[in-house]
Amino acid sequence: MRTAAVDWRLAAPLGIVYLALFAAPLLLLLGISLHSDQDLQQWGVDNWVKFWSDAFYRGVVWDTLRLGLAAVLATSLFAWPLAVFFCASSARTQKILLFIILLPLLTSVVIRTFAWIVILAREGLINQAVLALGLSATPLRLLQTETGLILALMQIEMPLMLLPLISVMRGLDPNLLDASRALGAGHWRSFFRVILPLSLPGWIAGATLVFASACTAFISQSVIGGARLVYLPSLIWQQAMVVYDWPFAAVCSVTLLFTVLAGVMMLNWLGRYARTD
Amino acid sequence: MNGVTHSYGNARAVDDVTLEVKAGELVALLGPSGCGKTTLLRIVAGFIRQSAGQVVIGDRAIDDLPPNMREVGIVFQNYALFPHMTVAENIAYGLVARGVNKADQRARVAEMLATVRMEGFADRKPRQLSGGQQQRIALARALAIQPRILLLDEPFAALDKNLRLDMQIEIKRLQQQFGLTAILVTHDQEEAMSIADRIAVMNRGKIEQLGSPIAIYDEPATPFVNSFIGSSNILDGVVEDGRIRLSVGATLPCSLQNLPQGRPVQVSIRPEQLMLVREAAPDRFPVTLTLSLPIGGQLIHDVAAADGTTIKVATARHPGAVSSLSGTWHCALTPEAKPSVFPLPPT
Repeated sequence: MRTAAVDWRLAAPLGIVYLALFAAPLLLLLGISLHSDQDLQQWGVDNWVKFWSDAFYRGVVWDTLRLGLAAVLATSLFAWPLAVFFCASSARTQKILLFIILLPLLTSVVIRTFAWIVILAREGLINQAVLALGLSATPLRLLQTETGLILALMQIEMPLMLLPLISVMRGLDPNLLDASRALGAGHWRSFFRVILPLSLPGWIAGATLVFASACTAFISQSVIGGARLVYLPSLIWQQAMVVYDWPFAAVCSVTLLFTVLAGVMMLNWLGRYARTD
Repeated sequence: MNGVTHSYGNARAVDDVTLEVKAGELVALLGPSGCGKTTLLRIVAGFIRQSAGQVVIGDRAIDDLPPNMREVGIVFQNYALFPHMTVAENIAYGLVARGVNKADQRARVAEMLATVRMEGFADRKPRQLSGGQQQRIALARALAIQPRILLLDEPFAALDKNLRLDMQIEIKRLQQQFGLTAILVTHDQEEAMSIADRIAVMNRGKIEQLGSPIAIYDEPATPFVNSFIGSSNILDGVVEDGRIRLSVGATLPCSLQNLPQGRPVQVSIRPEQLMLVREAAPDRFPVTLTLSLPIGGQLIHDVAAADGTTIKVATARHPGAVSSLSGTWHCALTPEAKPSVFPLPPT
């Protein structure tokens, strides 16, 4: 097993860094969560019981999961058609499109998020347009709503969905689509029977990234969602930095970690059924 | 196909091509890469909309029909089977798209599998099949929808040599059995020669010659067709008193009439149209033998004429054939040889 030994040593530098800076703090966090008093003197599962017996906190977990799934759904809905368009475009158009796709990644999270405030606010771009067109008599409420947050997250997370999707789709044999068409399938049938199943591996990679990052998007969640919408990241911040209840914040953190992990594992499990070869 | 033209930017990939394929006929589009043959096939399939001209199947122009309404079957070089579907699902794909009911689908799939002799493979995935088997399934998938015309896009190029011959025979068998009308795109002249009823030799977007394989080989219409099909010795000459005086030092009768005195010409003589003899004559030229290679049933001789031109001569390999490299040999035309003459522009 000589090759295995070589592989292991190549992974060692990052492994050691992760062990010291990631795994060890995680264990510490788990330890803190198992204390029942704020001074960390007494061991106990009181904070776990407090978290899971309270409908409010369970609601926060559910809302966080739902936000992640909504972001996945919204990005998928727009990313798939765009990816199809991208792959059918000329090399020149692809370059321009790729730049536009990457744009959200090139701006800082804070700037992007505040830009969305300008767009979603009472006197923001969307409301000005809606009022001018007479679609509504009163300004729509978008800031501090889940709809507004999903809209903003969709733009921010879009590259994470698009890039893996496009890279898988580009690898598809264009003859497959031609074969489908020649066999009598229209555009929709060709998409759902050929392109969609074959691009699922890319979608699963993208969905995993979008889900994990939407669930944990602290800045977007708290700036656009505001104080009305509480998700696990802002709950952690509040408990740790405002209330100074570290054991309870640790419970929230570990819960967030495993919630996201569960979602990611579910997507991976889906991925096993999407093997295309 | 009527005056079909297609341009990419300024380049004319297909230039005013008119071609009629008769029902039940297999026509090969033969040419080097970039000659426009694949573009022409994609125009017929509807993947490319031509810039000008018309494609008619039966008596109906199909130019405005999308590919899925054209009822053409296409087989690709890389098979293009759907990797996530089983063999049966692949074959049934076109039937499902047409709304054929389940029972008929199953019957048709079984029938097609039997046709391509792949019974028992229905539940395999394409990756579990060899190249030749995948190509059979691709063929079955294309034929399942009973296409009005079968388009074959370099279908044998990815197969190894022995398998290629099997597949060629297979396709020819199916084409004759079902009376299929088919267009085969290929750059392999042997392939075109062996299975096509007629060959359209293409070069630079145009059809240079359309004819039976034998006519194309024996009577090439242009120097391009001559050099592309088979191997050939090109000799320079001039017209003199209705005959051709070759620069290698022989005078041959001229097959073309009305060429003016002194007109430069190229004469193409196939290796098997030449033989080596000891005796000199006016229509023979002296050569020195440099190499003899036994290739299959033939001996290929590499000879040099007095002016240095190298010439290939193919003779049957039988006992008592040319056995000695030494001495003076003369190159002569075989009795039935009809060399092709191509006039050059007057100097």
